[in-house]
Amino acid sequence: MKQTVVKKITPYMFILPFFLIFCIFLVYPIFESFYLSFTAAEGSTSSWVGLDNFRQIFSDALFWKSMLNTVIILLVQVPVMLFLAFLLAVAVNNKNIKGRSIFRLAIFMPVLIDLVTYSIVFSIIFNDQYGVLNYILLMLHLPGIHWIQNPIWAKVTIIIAITWRWTGYNAIILLAGLQSIPDSIYEAADIDGVSGVKKFFLITMPMLKPIFLFCAIMSIIGTLQLFTEPFLLTNGGQPDNATETPVLFIYQYAFQSFHFGYASAAAYVLTAIVAILSYLQICVSKGGEI
Amino acid sequence: MPILTVKKMQLFAPMKKKRAGRKQSNLFTYVLLLVGLIVSVYPFYWLFIAATLNDSQIFQLPPRFLPSINLFTNITNLQEKGPIWTTFANSLFIATTFTVLTVYISALTGYAFAKFNFRHKELLFFSILVTMMLPQQVVMIPLFKMMTAIGWQNELKAVIIPSLANSFGVFFMRQNMMNVPIELLEAARIDGCHELSIFHRIVLPTVYPAMAALAILSFIQQWGNFMWPLIILQDQSQMTLPLFLSMLVQPGQVIQYGEILAGAVIGVLPVFLIFLFFQKYFVSGVYGGAVKG
Repeated sequence: MKQTVVKKITPYMFILPFFLIFCIFLVYPIFESFYLSFTAAEGSTSSWVGLDNFRQIFSDALFWKSMLNTVIILLVQVPVMLFLAFLLAVAVNNKNIKGRSIFRLAIFMPVLIDLVTYSIVFSIIFNDQYGVLNYILLMLHLPGIHWIQNPIWAKVTIIIAITWRWTGYNAIILLAGLQSIPDSIYEAADIDGVSGVKKFFLITMPMLKPIFLFCAIMSIIGTLQLFTEPFLLTNGGQPDNATETPVLFIYQYAFQSFHFGYASAAAYVLTAIVAILSYLQICVSKGGEI
Repeated sequence: MPILTVKKMQLFAPMKKKRAGRKQSNLFTYVLLLVGLIVSVYPFYWLFIAATLNDSQIFQLPPRFLPSINLFTNITNLQEKGPIWTTFANSLFIATTFTVLTVYISALTGYAFAKFNFRHKELLFFSILVTMMLPQQVVMIPLFKMMTAIGWQNELKAVIIPSLANSFGVFFMRQNMMNVPIELLEAARIDGCHELSIFHRIVLPTVYPAMAALAILSFIQQWGNFMWPLIILQDQSQMTLPLFLSMLVQPGQVIQYGEILAGAVIGVLPVFLIFLFFQKYFVSGVYGGAVKG
């Protein structure tokens, strides 16, 4: 009798510490912020307002601008980054190349730097008078660019910065994907006399498709949560809110003016978008395990 | 027909030509990799150089390529700006404590999900999967209210403890424990081994690489954690190092880049050291997170 009781409670003892923390610091806040999104909570006062917050958000020009900025950034950045990551992964995977481990190490290095440090470093690299980028343009007899002061170039600045930070990360994933394609498939193709280019399009690309989709969706979700770079690199979404992002919007309303209700509603709109993308992500990776 | 001609062409094409083509594509690959290397490494190189320069050397044209002698001056000046070493210690404490606890708790929980059957297991696991996908921002406002209410504002534990609700960690450990052979556990049970010591003596040693991978990912992630510390740690002596540095570049003050970058160098060193020692696990962790997550 005692034996079976012990056996029954054993798994619960193992999961207990986690689920205590999980319920207090994750599940409860998820529900509370859902509740808050229907109130006009400001600091410690609150009153029920129904769907007013959501109505207001859907007509809030700044919120839409932050969404639009993010969409523009990710439409340019994600394809460019994945293309570069793929090129680098193929290059590092090439067995004829000497010093591959050094190249691999170098390409992965940007993953290690924290977002604050790289934002500070990039703010100097992008400096319009003394930055190295404008210096290179000067050497090429091209006019310098007001990277951070011009609304369009500020977006480009953010795009370049996140591409620098995340290309290596995606290259690691794609490289591992490349290496997981069994050699036997290529050998069979060799016997059939398939050319290198054809092998690439008929074997490599289809085999990598799920990993590509994974990288794409993860990058989109990551970009939707962009915060540190516009906070530090472009002075909190400047100029003219050209680099305002949804998370910056939430931060400003929640922790600079303490409109908890309104900010919670905005957070839930963002969550809904991320949830839909994550659901797509699961559907895509169903081929694997879960 | 055209295919046939191509084949014929190949037959007649001397070996040499093929080699030349390969050499050319190798050359292209080298150029690509070299550009990738320079672009990836230059900001780091510049960070380390600039930490040794004074501000007029940082803002000079052409940009400087060689180090100068101001590293210690920069660090000394930074010390006068604020408690740089305290924030460094805070960062170390937060990242280390979080890493140790989250790896252990995730392993405990992942083990139960991988190797036991219990009521509501599917539902509980589903809740972990769902929360893994939610953006962190959705819980920040209630967490902030909670932390203020229980007086954890400006406390390091306000950063460490809520982040232990690490759904990804549980998921990652569960995936890696699925392969632990059940016979091994049964044999230990027959020998009368206590459940917790089975976990410590048999399960943990077999998943050591996965634990190492999760540890490195957790450390790097927590070291760079910015938004939540920004919200909850306002007291300078309680800040993390990146947060402290970010305060020095806020608009409306004279920004002393040399000092700030000297601080940044101190900040990137721990992560670099960890990466150098555990590189192998790092890559497997990033990939494991991708394929299994």
